[in-house]
Amino acid sequence: MEPTVAKESSGVPIEHLLRELAPQVLGAVVRRFRDFAAAEDAVQEALLAAATQWPQQGRPANPRAWLTQVALRRMTDQIRSESARRRREDEAALIASLSADPPAPDPAPEEDDTLVLLFMCCHPALTPASAIALTLRAVGGLTTAEIAKAFLVPEATLAQRISRAKQSIRDSGIPFELPTPHERAERLRSVLHVLYLIFNEGYTTSAGSELQRVELSQEAIRLARILCRLLPHDPEIAGLLALLLLTDARRLARTNAGGDLVPLDRQDRSLWDRKQIAEGIALLSAALQKGSVGPYQLQAAIAAVHDEAAGAQDTDWPQILALYDLLQRMADNPVVSLNRAVAAAMVHGPAKGLELLDALSADSRIAGHHRFHAVRAHLLEMAGEREGAVHHYRAAAAKTASRPERDYLLMQAARLASQPPQLPE
Amino acid sequence: MKYILMMNARKEDWEAYAKWSKEDLQRNSAFMRSFSKELLDSGVFVATEGLGWPHEARMVRAGNDGEPVTDGIFPESKEFLAGYWIIDVESPEQAYRVAARASAAPGPGGTPGNMPIEVRQVLGGFADLGL
Repeated sequence: MEPTVAKESSGVPIEHLLRELAPQVLGAVVRRFRDFAAAEDAVQEALLAAATQWPQQGRPANPRAWLTQVALRRMTDQIRSESARRRREDEAALIASLSADPPAPDPAPEEDDTLVLLFMCCHPALTPASAIALTLRAVGGLTTAEIAKAFLVPEATLAQRISRAKQSIRDSGIPFELPTPHERAERLRSVLHVLYLIFNEGYTTSAGSELQRVELSQEAIRLARILCRLLPHDPEIAGLLALLLLTDARRLARTNAGGDLVPLDRQDRSLWDRKQIAEGIALLSAALQKGSVGPYQLQAAIAAVHDEAAGAQDTDWPQILALYDLLQRMADNPVVSLNRAVAAAMVHGPAKGLELLDALSADSRIAGHHRFHAVRAHLLEMAGEREGAVHHYRAAAAKTASRPERDYLLMQAARLASQPPQLPE
Repeated sequence: MKYILMMNARKEDWEAYAKWSKEDLQRNSAFMRSFSKELLDSGVFVATEGLGWPHEARMVRAGNDGEPVTDGIFPESKEFLAGYWIIDVESPEQAYRVAARASAAPGPGGTPGNMPIEVRQVLGGFADLGL
């Protein structure tokens, strides 16, 4: 996308325009003052001012220059420690002058700034909660109130997470520049992880009841798209974007009208977003051709195999198993091993899957986890061991932290327990 | 992940609390205020409330006609919820550390009260993707 200029901005909703401009404006202000924490506050105030003034007074001819000027003025105000009264007067005068005579566009390299900001906000020195909050505000251009609402925490708590994140950045002396080639891989991993966590947060909060909330999954996809555009040659970035698109494509089918969870094999596939699946697959295919396969590309490939199957019975499980084999070799992740056991059961029968689970039960990271019980229950059911399946469905229900999932697991147990006794074969 | 930290007490604990000295009461309420601020400053605070005394508590059941049938006689050993905090943290261990801080609220003479704090996870929406 081109840097925003007046002529292309008129059709875009103001919130979208502000979100897109936020990191560019922030970059310009940080460059001027070299104080990230204060600049970030100033830009947030400029965004809030625009959100209230533009709908009434009309959009300025050059929105980016307007925001930059307002934010720069805030910074100057802070530095001068002027009185609150004086500040309001100055601002009114400034805004009047800006509306009358838009300044020339700032020639700063705003695209690079967005990238620098992403690396900065997702720095591994920050806790995940802080990095997520700061990324959504500084790069995503969301307000503190919007982010707080999305995470169902008070605004003051969220504001505190942001200021702690900025404190960590200050304390660790992270410079406002791109990471060195030496640390780039690790820093990029961290950026991708934060975007993934934002998506996951949106994916896990129940839909429907919170219509006013910012769609975090959509925001993660938007940020991943920006990153993909800024660093088009990195196949793992494309892999992450593909994974998010291919997973999000099934959103509507994930729950029924009553809000109950619908597992993948029983979803109404006509509800899947075919356009988004096509986009994800195209991105993934291009990424895989670059010959540098990573975990996000493999996860996306697994999602793509599911998305491409016309029905659950058409799923290419041998291919999914092969992908999990690769993934397991790449990362020591017990959740991957668990999913691989399911794939192995689908290819070689439930006995094989249960055998893999037995081996996994020594891993304390997963053995007591609800998902471990849920998978065991599912495989025992496949194997016709009804009592064991009921037991493990209930054990999984007792351990999950998700209400829809608990309801689903208890329903599975109830369904099996109410079936007439099996006849001996 | 969100956790609720629940402070439970028996009637006799309330009665003993009512007889604390002024200094003890002030120390305890100063601690509770600074504890709440600590939770807010560390970015984990979601909510907190203190509950009314259990002497006025009523157990309500629906009668056959659907009307409330109340019962206010409880065994002396029954534990009542005195107050709770809801926090949003990154791990159960972090929730336990916060609970231990609450448990150490000063009792008579300023020594830590070591009240038992029940820690339970608050159920959320859909399970994470687990990738």
